[in-house]
Amino acid sequence: MDPRRIRSSASFPPHVVAEIQRAADQGVYEIRGYGARRPVPSFDDLVLLGASMSRYPLEGYREACGTDVLLGTRHARKPLHLKIPVTIAGMSFGALGAHAKEALGRGASAAGTSTTTGDGGMTQEERGHSSMLVYQLLPSRYGMNPEDLLQADAIEVVVGQGAKPGGGGMLLGLKITERVAAMRTLPAGIDQRSACRHPDWTGPDDLEIKIRELREITDWEKPIYIKVGASRPHYDTALAVKAGADVVVVDGMQGGTAATQDVFIEHVGIPTLPAVREAVRALQELGMHRKVQLIVSGGIRSGADVAKALALGADAVSIGVAAMVALNCNRPLYEEDYHALGTEPGACAHCHTGRCPVGIATQDPALESRLDPEAAGRRVANYLNVLTQEAQTLARACGKSHLHNLEPADLAALTVEAAAMAQVPLAGTSWIPGRM
Amino acid sequence: MSRDAPLAPGRNETVYDLAATDLRAVNRALHAAPDGAVMIRNPGGAHALACGLRSPLQVRIEGHVGYYCAGMNREAEVTIDGNAGTGVAENMMSGTVRVLGNASQSAGASGHGGLLVVTGTASARCGISMKGIDIVVGGDVGHLSGFMAQAGNLVVLGDAGAAFGDSLYEADLYVRGAVAGLGADCEEKPMTDADREKLAALLRRAEMDADPAAFRHYGSARRLYNFRIDNAGSR
Amino acid sequence: MCGIVGLFLKAERLEPDLGRLTALMLHEMRDRGPDSAGFAIYGEGGTAHKVSVMAADGESRDWAALAARAEAGLESAGPGAAVTARRVSDHAILETAGDPAALRHWLLDNEPGLTVLATGRRIELYKGVGDPDRVAARFGLEGRSGSHAIAHTRMATESAVTIAGSHPFSTGADTCLVHNGSLSNHNWLRLDLEREGERFQTENDSEVAAAYVAAHMRRGRDLKSALEAAIADLDGFYTFAVGTADGFAVLRDPIACKPAVIAETDDWVAMSSEFRAIARLPGVGHAEIWEPEPGIVYSWSRDRGEAAA
Repeated sequence: MDPRRIRSSASFPPHVVAEIQRAADQGVYEIRGYGARRPVPSFDDLVLLGASMSRYPLEGYREACGTDVLLGTRHARKPLHLKIPVTIAGMSFGALGAHAKEALGRGASAAGTSTTTGDGGMTQEERGHSSMLVYQLLPSRYGMNPEDLLQADAIEVVVGQGAKPGGGGMLLGLKITERVAAMRTLPAGIDQRSACRHPDWTGPDDLEIKIRELREITDWEKPIYIKVGASRPHYDTALAVKAGADVVVVDGMQGGTAATQDVFIEHVGIPTLPAVREAVRALQELGMHRKVQLIVSGGIRSGADVAKALALGADAVSIGVAAMVALNCNRPLYEEDYHALGTEPGACAHCHTGRCPVGIATQDPALESRLDPEAAGRRVANYLNVLTQEAQTLARACGKSHLHNLEPADLAALTVEAAAMAQVPLAGTSWIPGRM
Repeated sequence: MSRDAPLAPGRNETVYDLAATDLRAVNRALHAAPDGAVMIRNPGGAHALACGLRSPLQVRIEGHVGYYCAGMNREAEVTIDGNAGTGVAENMMSGTVRVLGNASQSAGASGHGGLLVVTGTASARCGISMKGIDIVVGGDVGHLSGFMAQAGNLVVLGDAGAAFGDSLYEADLYVRGAVAGLGADCEEKPMTDADREKLAALLRRAEMDADPAAFRHYGSARRLYNFRIDNAGSR
Repeated sequence: MCGIVGLFLKAERLEPDLGRLTALMLHEMRDRGPDSAGFAIYGEGGTAHKVSVMAADGESRDWAALAARAEAGLESAGPGAAVTARRVSDHAILETAGDPAALRHWLLDNEPGLTVLATGRRIELYKGVGDPDRVAARFGLEGRSGSHAIAHTRMATESAVTIAGSHPFSTGADTCLVHNGSLSNHNWLRLDLEREGERFQTENDSEVAAAYVAAHMRRGRDLKSALEAAIADLDGFYTFAVGTADGFAVLRDPIACKPAVIAETDDWVAMSSEFRAIARLPGVGHAEIWEPEPGIVYSWSRDRGEAAA
C-alpha cells in the first residue's frame, strides 16, 4: 500500500471521523465516564530536587517522616485528623455500586483516611465501613438528610467538579435501579440530569449564609469544605475562604466523572498542576495558607504526584479514578465483557452504562458480585499505603521529617509550560517564566 | 393567626430575645430541648434561625427572619409571624413551618417531607427540587416555582409565575389562579376525585379556606425522562 | 458578592431623613459585604456641576491646588469656569459652572492617583474600605438630606481589599449603578464602549454596566428604555439598582437568582438584597412588598413619583 494513501488527516483522525458519524447517527452528544483523555501538562513535568551537598537527606525506614494532616482547624470544633494526606474523593452511590462504596470505606479506614459520599446520599454500608466520612452537599440534594449530616465527620459543599466545572451531574437510566431511585426520590430507569446550581443560593455572598446555616445545624462541630472545579482557582479559592470554608478542595480537569458530555471532560477547566499553584497563591495572599487547608485532586496516581502537589502547597490530595483503578477498574479480567462494550481493558470509560465489567460502576447484582468488598478494600488500603511510602521516600530524600515541609523550592520543571504553570524554575536554570 | 395582634408569651413558654441573646445560644438551646413551647422575639432578619430542629418543639418567631429559617426541620412546628428570607424550611423532613407573611426565593427547596404554609406570597423557585414536602401558598408564587420538583404537592391559591414546573418529575402542582406560563415538560393533568380529596385535606391542614374544585392540576409530561436518541445509523 | 440598597423618596418632607434611613439600610447589609462600602446621594441640585473624586492620599492632598490646576487646564482647552474644592475625608467635591465631562476627562488625563467617582448637578458619591457603618460615618451619611440614595456593601473578590471594585459606579452625569451578581460578557462590551469614548477606571464588570446605561442615556434614551436594552445586551446574573438625577430603577436578569426585594408606600420606594434592610423604614407595615420579576424594569421618577414598570 502506498503510505501516502493511508495517511489520515491530522484534523480528522479516525476517532474524530467516528465521533462525527456517531453524532450524525444519534443526534445527541456523547456521554461517557472517566476523565480527560488528551495529554495535559502534569506533575510528570516536574522533578524533585533530592538532597545533595546543600541539603541533607533522612534515612529511609529509620528516620521518621510524618504524614498526618489536620483538616478543618479554622472554625470546626472537631477537625479531621488524617494519618495520611491522601483522601478518597466523592463518588456517588448510584455511579458506583454498594460494594465499591464499601470497599473504598474499608480501604480508607484501614489507611487512616477519609472517604466521601456523592450525588446520591449516604448509604449505611458506606457510613458503617468509613471511620471518617465526608458528606457532600450537592445542587441536586438527592438524599440530603439532616440525620446523615449529623452522622458525617465533615461536610463538603460541592460547587463544581474538575471533569465538568459549570455542569451538573448525570446518571443514565441503566443505573437508576429501584434502590438508587428511592434514595434520590426519582422514578426508576430515567436518564437523570441534576442541577448545576444549588437550589437555594447562588454566589459567594449567599454561600456564606448557607455555610452559617450548616454550621448552626451541626452546632459548629464539623469542618466545612468547599469543592470547586479548577477553572479560576485563584478567585474561587479566595471566595471560598471569604465565604467561610475550613477546607478548599480544588479538582483539576483530569478528574473523573461517572457520566458527562465528552466535550465537557476534554474542553472545560484547567489541569491540576496550574490549579494548585493558583489556589495556594490565593491562600498566601489572604494570609490563610495552612489555616484554611487545601486539598487538590484530578489525576493523582503515585506518591510522586502526592509529594509534588504537597510541595506546591497543598495540604492533602484526593483520589477518585486512581482509587477505582485500585479496586480493579480497567483490569484485564472478563475481557469479553469489555469487548461487548466496544472497548478493552485499559481504555474503558463506560462507567455511564452501568455495564462495568469489574463490578465497580454498576448497579447490576451479577456484575457487582465480581467485586469482593473485603479484598477490594485491602487493595485500596495497600495502594494508599504505597502512595504514602512513595511520598515519604521522596520527602526524606529532600531532607524532610514531614511531608508538609516539602516546598516549591524542592521542585524543578522539565518543560517551559510546566515551569510557567507551576511557577518553579525550568530545570538547570533559575528561570521562572513570567517572573523577572 | 392575625399579623396585627401582638403575641404574648403563652403559659410555660420559654422566651428568647435575639436583641439580647445571640443566635448560637438560641439555636443551641432549641437543639437541646426535647419538646415544649418557645417564643423568639426581635429576630431582626437573622439568618439560620431555628434551623436543624429535631424534636416536636413549638416555636413562634415574632418578626422577620433572614435566610434558611427552620432549614432541615424535623418534627418541630415553627411559626414565623413576619416575612421569611431565602430558603425558608429548605430541605425540611417533617413537622410544620408556617410563614404568616411573605416568603422569599426557594421556599421549601428540596424539602423531603412535612408541611410548609405561606400565608402571603412566595417568590421565585418556591418548591424547587422538592422531594416529598407539601407546600401551600395563600398568595402567588414567583417564576420557576416547582423547578425540578421530584415529589410532594405544591398548592398555590393565587397565581403562578413564568416557567412553572419546569423540568419537573413526579410532584403534583395545583394552582387556583392564573399560570403565567408552563416550563419545559410541565403540562396540565386531569383533576381527579383523588386529587380533590388530597387537596381538601392539604387545605385543611394548612388552615386555608378554598374550594378544591377551583384548582387546576399540573404534572410532568415525562418527555424529558430519557435522552432521545435517533437511530439513523442502525441497519 | 455584595449587598445593595436603594431609597427613593416620594414625600418631600422625608428629605431631611434620607441619609439617616439609608445608613440604617446599609447597616443591615454589612454581613453581605464586610470589605468595603459606597453610597451615592442625590441632594439639592444647584446651578454648578459637582464632581466627586477620591485619592489614596486624599486626606493630605492640596485639593485647592488641584482645583486651580484644573481650572487653568480647562482654560487652555477652551473657555473654562471657576473650579472649587471641598474636602470630605479622603474625598473631595469639586464644583464648576463649566463642562463637567471636560473636567472629568481632564482629571483622568492629568491627575494620577485620582479616581473620579461621579459627576452631576445633584449626585455626590463616596466609597471606602472597611466596615460599612464606619464608611457611612466617615462621610457623614446620616446627616445628609436628599431625594434618593443608592448604596452598596462589598465582599471583595481580590485578595488585597482595594477600593477599585467598590460600588456605586458612575460614568455619566448624575447616573450611577450598584450591582449584585456577576456579568459574563462585559469584556466585549467594555471594548465597544471604549471605542465610543467611554473612560473606564477599573476592571470591574459593574463599571461596564454603569457605562452601558450612561451611554444609552447620553444617546437620548430614558432610564427605563436604557435598562430594557441592557436585558438584551448584558449577559450573566445581576440585580441592578440605578439612580439618575430624578429617577430610580431596579432590574434583575432573566434568570433572577440574586436576591432583591422592593417595597413601596405613598412616601417612598425602597429596594434591597434582603428584606431586613427595608424592615426598619417608617410605614413599612403598610408597604406593598414584592420581589422584582426577572427581566422587568421597575422605574420611578421624581416628577411622577409612581411606578412605571
